[in-house]
Amino acid sequence: MQQTSLGNKSIQKQFIELLSSMRFAVSMLTILGIASIIGTVLKQNEPYTNYIIKFGQFWFDAFETLGLYDVYHASWFLLILLFLVISTSLCVYRNTPLMLKEWRTYKAEATEKSLHNFSHRAEYTNTQPHSADLLARFLTARGFKFKTVTQTNGDTLLAAKAGTHQRLGYMFTHAAIVIISIGGLLDGNLPFKIQEMLGVKVIENRDVVESEVPAKSRMDWSNLSFRANMQLPEGASSDVAFIRIKDGYLVQDLPFSIGLKTFKIEHYATGQPKSFESDIVINDPELKTPITTKIRVNHPFTYKGVTIYQSDFQDGGTGLTVDMWDIFSTETRPALVEAKIFDEVKIGEQSNRLTAEFNDFRLFNILNLSPDGKGKPKNVGPNFTYKLRDSQGQAKEYISYMQPLRIDGHSYYISGMRETVQDEYKYLRIPLDDDMELASFMRYKSTLFDESLHAEIAKRTAKVALTDKQYNSEMRQNFEISAQQLLNTFRLGGYTELAKFIEKTVPKAERTSAAQTYIKIIQTAAFETYQLSRERANLPLAELNENSQLFVTDGLNAMSDLFFYGAPYYLQLSDFKQRQASGLQLTRSPGQAIVYIGSALLTLGIFAMLYIRERRIWLLVKPNSVLFGMSANRKNRDFEIEFEQTKADLGQIVSAQKTV
Amino acid sequence: MNTAILLDAPTPLYKRLTSFDWVFAAILGAGAVYAYSQYAQNMDIYEAAFLFIFAGVFSYLGWVWKPLRTLILGVGAVSLLAIYNYHGDLSRANTAFFLKFLISSQSAVMWMSVLFFLAMFTYWFGLFKRSEFISKVASTLTWSAVFMGLVGMMVRWYESYLIAPDVGHIPVSNLYEVFILFCIINALLYLHYEGVYKTRQLGGFVLIVINAAVGFILWYTFGREASGIQPLVPALQSYWMKIHVPANFIGYGAFSLAAMVGSTYLLVERGILASRLPALAVLDDLMHKSIAIGFAFFTIATILGAVWAAEAWGGYWSWDPKETWALIVWLNYAAWLHLRMVKGLRGPILAWWAVIGLLVTTFAFLGVNMFLSGLHSYGEL
Ligand code: HEM
Repeated sequence: MQQTSLGNKSIQKQFIELLSSMRFAVSMLTILGIASIIGTVLKQNEPYTNYIIKFGQFWFDAFETLGLYDVYHASWFLLILLFLVISTSLCVYRNTPLMLKEWRTYKAEATEKSLHNFSHRAEYTNTQPHSADLLARFLTARGFKFKTVTQTNGDTLLAAKAGTHQRLGYMFTHAAIVIISIGGLLDGNLPFKIQEMLGVKVIENRDVVESEVPAKSRMDWSNLSFRANMQLPEGASSDVAFIRIKDGYLVQDLPFSIGLKTFKIEHYATGQPKSFESDIVINDPELKTPITTKIRVNHPFTYKGVTIYQSDFQDGGTGLTVDMWDIFSTETRPALVEAKIFDEVKIGEQSNRLTAEFNDFRLFNILNLSPDGKGKPKNVGPNFTYKLRDSQGQAKEYISYMQPLRIDGHSYYISGMRETVQDEYKYLRIPLDDDMELASFMRYKSTLFDESLHAEIAKRTAKVALTDKQYNSEMRQNFEISAQQLLNTFRLGGYTELAKFIEKTVPKAERTSAAQTYIKIIQTAAFETYQLSRERANLPLAELNENSQLFVTDGLNAMSDLFFYGAPYYLQLSDFKQRQASGLQLTRSPGQAIVYIGSALLTLGIFAMLYIRERRIWLLVKPNSVLFGMSANRKNRDFEIEFEQTKADLGQIVSAQKTV
Repeated sequence: MNTAILLDAPTPLYKRLTSFDWVFAAILGAGAVYAYSQYAQNMDIYEAAFLFIFAGVFSYLGWVWKPLRTLILGVGAVSLLAIYNYHGDLSRANTAFFLKFLISSQSAVMWMSVLFFLAMFTYWFGLFKRSEFISKVASTLTWSAVFMGLVGMMVRWYESYLIAPDVGHIPVSNLYEVFILFCIINALLYLHYEGVYKTRQLGGFVLIVINAAVGFILWYTFGREASGIQPLVPALQSYWMKIHVPANFIGYGAFSLAAMVGSTYLLVERGILASRLPALAVLDDLMHKSIAIGFAFFTIATILGAVWAAEAWGGYWSWDPKETWALIVWLNYAAWLHLRMVKGLRGPILAWWAVIGLLVTTFAFLGVNMFLSGLHSYGEL
């Protein structure tokens, strides 16, 4: 803006001039823009291991040094901001006096000579006796303010201005930038960064109990600004929060405690979550009675300058009652396991001892089970996830639904297994018969897996499968032997084992037909097995119909799949006592009010700068002529149009136009 | 001309109002009072305040830009007709003739799409033929498209309440809805300047971007079948959404207009179609005006976003990708305005900048949702 000759300036002055120059400001704006992009492309504040996996150790270290995992708090980024603030402050500082002057002045010192040099000017013959009064009225009507100056030669100069408030716009916007930046800096973690640099504070990255975190990783109440998190299970309370930072955390001590009474999720009819709500209690020695209040998303609560937000939710240690079925034993009753989410429980016998780690429980699960995927998603009730870890430390992850799911019109218990987190779950579908109990399948399975019963099953199968004539021949014995053999093969490894058996014993050409025969036998035998299992449990025999047949076939598939289930136990949730945990975010942000004030100022300023147009008019009234000059600090089309209009209007008022 | 007129202060707006102006304002006022008397128990203080403020704001807008009166009253009447036709039963969208083919929200949006498409070709045809009449037809088509789009929005708003009262919400919550909003606002801004500058030659250019958005809407509807009304996730249940999103789209719409005027500028500057298009000075001025209005509203939108974020996410600025890109867009146009206003720069550089600015803006609007992840999850592709 300002013309300066560099020659006789000191280095300091030149430097300050550079800082406050437009060019520098625009460069800073550009650099800031480009720097900001980094943080949007590279996901910020991830666990460090993710970055190591992504970039490898070398680049990980390099990027870490550059602070790329938290760009917006990196020193160099703050430095750019600082330069921008300095530059803008200097700009405001240098321009404000000028702007204020422009804002106030009428520039009444204009002379006849200077008016002649205007690019936008006109001259008229003055035929009216009271031109000055008329022109004054005209200017007022057009919203101009003016000053009348009588020149030494008796001429009258009307110096008028309109829209000079535009100049305030400049001051408002640029002061606003500075104010907003200061507010933002107040809310940044600069104090911690300095303390970290001085070695007063260090980031904690061990996984220890909160009370063991040493003082140098704790922030006390004098920490003016923070964003911290607090996980509260229902019924619990806490007076510390955790500030996540880099690859670790800091503990933020609070002068009050927050307790969670209940956490509630509401759902829409379609199952999507509608609201998350926590009923919290704030306890403070300074309070006579604790404050009880409700917070939900978009409706936080502020206490002592700390705003408490509903952030997320988790399980808080739901109590589970689980039936544990031993898959490969002939036992027909489950063992009982009682545990809470986050517990680790040893289960099973010596040889099959496993650790069950209960990870999560979900009350509400929205699934779309319609065959074409076009139906409505529905809530299918609770499920829970757990890991089973063997003595070598290898774990598989399981997910099981508490209630049977309806698939194609039939009910199944569903349980998924995966070996690593990246895998998809592979699902086991256990069918239900009309009794709608898992026990039916388990009895059926145990009966089939009980070798001592195979002879009996084979006998019954022969009776059903063979005609009377066949039954009374020696064919019967052969049939029974091969049925037993098939049952036993299946017992050892399901259909896979059966396929191996066929491959081993049947010549290639006959395999397909053999397989068909075998499957038919197995299925008939399976039905008899099912009936036998009911008989042994003192239950009435099942009717032979589509449902029972489907149950038997699906049951065989499930049994076959059990060999791939990866664990000798099947855990079925039978009861639960839900306990949720609410994730709260606690923010202390002293800069917020400052930022808001700055924002209001910015808005005002921008509108002033963009929509108020500063124009000046000079009218020099001489005895025989009137001299008109007009200027604006922004020469644009609107100004040209207004000038032409004014020029014509003035002509009307003071008479015909003479020369230009 | 009588010089006395020149000497008197211009008649204030309220004295210049016609009886239609007053009837218009009275209808809006009465509508607001009626709505308040019917639904006051479901409104919080902010919503009640917005209701009356908007009745005032739209009255004023109608007074200063007359065609808006007809548009607003027409949209109101047709939307009420649609609402009446529903008899409170959403399934009538597929059975009642009027709804099915004309003014259920889906049909209205389809009509909007068709009309925008026709309008673009008509504008081009008018430009080619140098026919004022054809261009006028194109303007009418554009107005009709805006009309149908607004009806679609209003009816969709109502439909959301028919799904379930707790699902009901203003239709500015997902990509499908905001694209419709974008088309409408972009077209309205253009139509406004068409009136101010008395030039219809730019329509064909401006409507290119609008039709690209229409293409997106169609793809979203038929390709993704994602045009359904979804209930709001908790973070979006806020009165701030109602003003943050529209303010943002006034910004986007204006920047897009500026970019299209910028590209016209570049054509004229090279002598392409120069005889048919407005003069460079006009284009330059129009480009500046739309960037100015866009910048002002984008500033407001970003500030409102910050205030909302402070309420929903626990911090007014989290450097979330969407926020950061909003800042980048803002800085970009701040630099543009500096160069023009402070340095007095004019000409093709600024025009190029406005065109490239649209790419940056588009990335902030769409690209962030497509390529980057963050808290702004309202519209993932
Ligand atoms: C973060 C840095 C800055 C931002 C965001 C910013 C923003 C703005 C904005 C939005 C405008 C309004 C443009 C318009 O009138 O439409 C403006 C104008 C202006 N800016 Fe800046 N600015 C910044 C830094 C600076 C600096 C460092 C200078 C110093 C040279 C400066 C000098 C000006 C001037 C002289 C005007 C025009 C004022 C007038 O003539 O009315 N700006 N700025």
